[in-house]
Amino acid sequence: MTNLIIQSVAGFISALLGALGMGGGGVLLIYLTALAQVSQTKAQGINLLFFIPIAITALILHCKNKLVNYKMAVIGVLTGAAGVFAGFAVARQLGDQILSKVFAVFLLILGAKELFGGIDLSFLKRRTSKDKKNR
Amino acid sequence: MKKLTGALLGLAIGLLNGLFGAGGGMIAVPMLKRAGLEPKNAHATSIAITMPLSVLSGYLYLQVGGLTFSDALPFIPAGIIGALAGGFLLKKVSDTLLRRLFGALVIIAAVRLLLR
Repeated sequence: MTNLIIQSVAGFISALLGALGMGGGGVLLIYLTALAQVSQTKAQGINLLFFIPIAITALILHCKNKLVNYKMAVIGVLTGAAGVFAGFAVARQLGDQILSKVFAVFLLILGAKELFGGIDLSFLKRRTSKDKKNR
Repeated sequence: MKKLTGALLGLAIGLLNGLFGAGGGMIAVPMLKRAGLEPKNAHATSIAITMPLSVLSGYLYLQVGGLTFSDALPFIPAGIIGALAGGFLLKKVSDTLLRRLFGALVIIAAVRLLLR
């Protein structure tokens, strides 16, 4: 029972953040790999299967609201299919252990982007140009 | 130009989708915005791209073995409620603080995974 509650919370937060435009797909993957100790490949598979009904739900709403750019979507899906095969082949080659570390690096980039994204860092640039003048 | 952006975008999303089973939306939304789409359209179009690609990736992952639909089932009902709640909240909440919290959590998880 406790397990089902935790799984429901993980599913809820993942889909909620996904719908809010944050890397929601990553949340369930993080729960599965970093907390539930599921192997990287299996966790990725679960995340994909989880995402499909969630995405269909969202997509129905977006299509009704005429928000989808179908031309871009068709082009993206056609070339994306090639990318899927390539990405999957690389994942199989890397194996669970290395894939998990590569995923961790990907998360670091995602985390830094979310944590520092939107913060005005222009003062750093100004300081840099002053430093150059001083030199 | 838009076609080229769409093609490159698709390829990048597909690569992430096949490699990590996630992450496509992270690059799709900013790239679609750069291609001239309004934020709402970029978000919707990103899902229109990632959904079919996830079906393909999911099929490939199912072929490997050790994975069944029932593994994902416990997460789906609450997930659908979460998606609907997120869609409702999208216009109502400022997400700056949420983004910072999410970023911090993701970095903690990354360090945990790196040290495992």
